[in-house]
Amino acid sequence: MIRFLIKGLLRDSHRSRLPLIVVAFGVMLTILLTTWITGILGDSINLNAKLATGHLKVITRAYQENMDQLPVDLALTGTSGLIKSLRTDFPAVSWVERIEFGGLLDLPDENNETKSQGPFAGIAIDMFNIDSGEKERLNLKKILVDGKLPSSSGELLVSSSFAQKLGIKIRDKVTFIGSTMFGEMAINNYTVAGTIRYGISSLDKGSIIMDISDARNALDMEDACNEILGFTGTDYYDDAKATEVMTSFNKKHLENKDQFAPVMLRLRDQNDLGTLIDLMNGVVGLISFIFILAMSVVLWNAALIGGLRRYGEVGLRLAIGEEKGHIYRSLIAESLIIGIAGSFLGTAVGLSISYLVQQKGIDLSKLMESATMIMPGVFRTKITPASWYIGFIPGILATVLGTALAGIGIYRRQTASLFKELQS
Amino acid sequence: MENSEIISVRDLTKRFPMGLSEFTALRGISLEFSRGEFSGVVGPSGSGKTTLLNIIGLLDNPTDGDVIILGNPSKNLSVKEAAMIRRKHMGFIFQTYNLLPVYTVFENVEFPLLLLSMSTGERKKAVLEALAWVGLSDKEKSKPAQLSGGECQRVAIARAMVKRPEIVLADEPTANLDADNSHHILQTMEKLNKELHTTFIFATHDEKVISYLRRKITLVDGKVSHDDVLKP
Repeated sequence: MIRFLIKGLLRDSHRSRLPLIVVAFGVMLTILLTTWITGILGDSINLNAKLATGHLKVITRAYQENMDQLPVDLALTGTSGLIKSLRTDFPAVSWVERIEFGGLLDLPDENNETKSQGPFAGIAIDMFNIDSGEKERLNLKKILVDGKLPSSSGELLVSSSFAQKLGIKIRDKVTFIGSTMFGEMAINNYTVAGTIRYGISSLDKGSIIMDISDARNALDMEDACNEILGFTGTDYYDDAKATEVMTSFNKKHLENKDQFAPVMLRLRDQNDLGTLIDLMNGVVGLISFIFILAMSVVLWNAALIGGLRRYGEVGLRLAIGEEKGHIYRSLIAESLIIGIAGSFLGTAVGLSISYLVQQKGIDLSKLMESATMIMPGVFRTKITPASWYIGFIPGILATVLGTALAGIGIYRRQTASLFKELQS
Repeated sequence: MENSEIISVRDLTKRFPMGLSEFTALRGISLEFSRGEFSGVVGPSGSGKTTLLNIIGLLDNPTDGDVIILGNPSKNLSVKEAAMIRRKHMGFIFQTYNLLPVYTVFENVEFPLLLLSMSTGERKKAVLEALAWVGLSDKEKSKPAQLSGGECQRVAIARAMVKRPEIVLADEPTANLDADNSHHILQTMEKLNKELHTTFIFATHDEKVISYLRRKITLVDGKVSHDDVLKP
């Protein structure tokens, strides 16, 4: 019987073409949307982790309350000991020290008078220690626009838009003006080694990167930093693993009520990234639900139209002794075949397009120029293992549901009028 | 061979609701059909021919009275049991052929056998035999759209006969055919009736069909007015 049904489906394009197109199109859209959202949100989360939040972050309790202001005066002290114990207690996590700070960057003229000046957000990383992996983590080689990466103390990188705005050129001497960890004025001179472009307009507008030892000297932060970041190894954030490490660390320091006592945060606890993670996890289900609903309605209608076209066939089958349940089940079997075929087709097309966008990306950096969030300028899809089967859920469910609803009419059919109906 | 009773219609009445009143289509009909009969129910439109065929075919239930098919009183049959009797023991021929357009002649004829759980080999043998009966062996791969009206009706006959049913019910089988084709398919059915001893019951007012009948039951206003044996 199944072979008989398949033959009918293959030969009757009216019976199979529209549902197949609807299913394939819906499945393709489901995959494109889920990979697109997973890609964008995943990239945003990944970018935030690398630049600002880590997968885990250790700070002081006081710093936690004022984290938006990046206060260096509320930094962790004795960090060499703290990071040593972190590496011992949690060896699977890669721990690095960072100093995030703000200040003014001043470009002097030939008379050492201010030529131009602007506020910046600075990140100090362990740039010269190969084992830290910070240069690779921030992808510095790739985002370098001009000049070179700092190779010695006293050199820094300036974001290209910021450099352009202030008229800074490579090898220019610039002055950092800020305040030390103890609230005193800090003034230090540096050489611009290169310019960088993150492709994130909020950072490109005004940021610098320097080695952490230079920042420590400038900010008087001997054996101190305001953030210790932990990375769980993989590119993508593992919430369960991060929670486990955080719970263990915080339990150990629970009794210490000092405002400078260390506290650990997960990525999801910072920058509203928890919402983003929940959205990413929930969005696949939501998209599937929407497509199941929308496709079911379309396929219900398609099946109703198909039912009208096959009114005579169903009547004949009832007359020659096929049971209503058997006819109903055979229609469901047909829809299952269409659902599976359409889902395969839609998945193939959807994954192909997703793969292209994953590899090439879509550059929307021009549109993101005024964005203040840390978001990538080039948007990419992300194919995950779920992408291979996620389309089958709306594809098959919607087809079966649509046919099941339309097929109820078979049970309302009266055999008493079949002779008359089959005469027309 | 017309000796054993196969269908017994007993004091059959069928009423249909019509607004607040009722329309009586059949009024206390009693008939017996024996195995191998070639009979027809004739009468003008509205006389109750199709209603009688519906009830004999277990597609409808009587209001009063009963029909006993192959020893099974229709009153006692569930919908599933009625479907099973139709599936195994009855064939239907309709005025408009009702062939499935996307399937070949072979597949159309094979369709009733798919419901009987027969093996592929058994089905193929039965279908080829049925097509040979109606003279369409060379058309097994054709689609209904490639056939003439007469050929389509012959396919419908093969479909009705392929499972070798005891009873074939034919409602106006020649209504859409010209005289030549009508005679051709009637001769085919007459031959099958004689060879396979299948009971044929027609509902018709076509004189060409009536000329082939061996028994003519005339209905007028839901009652049997004449029950004549035309040919012994």
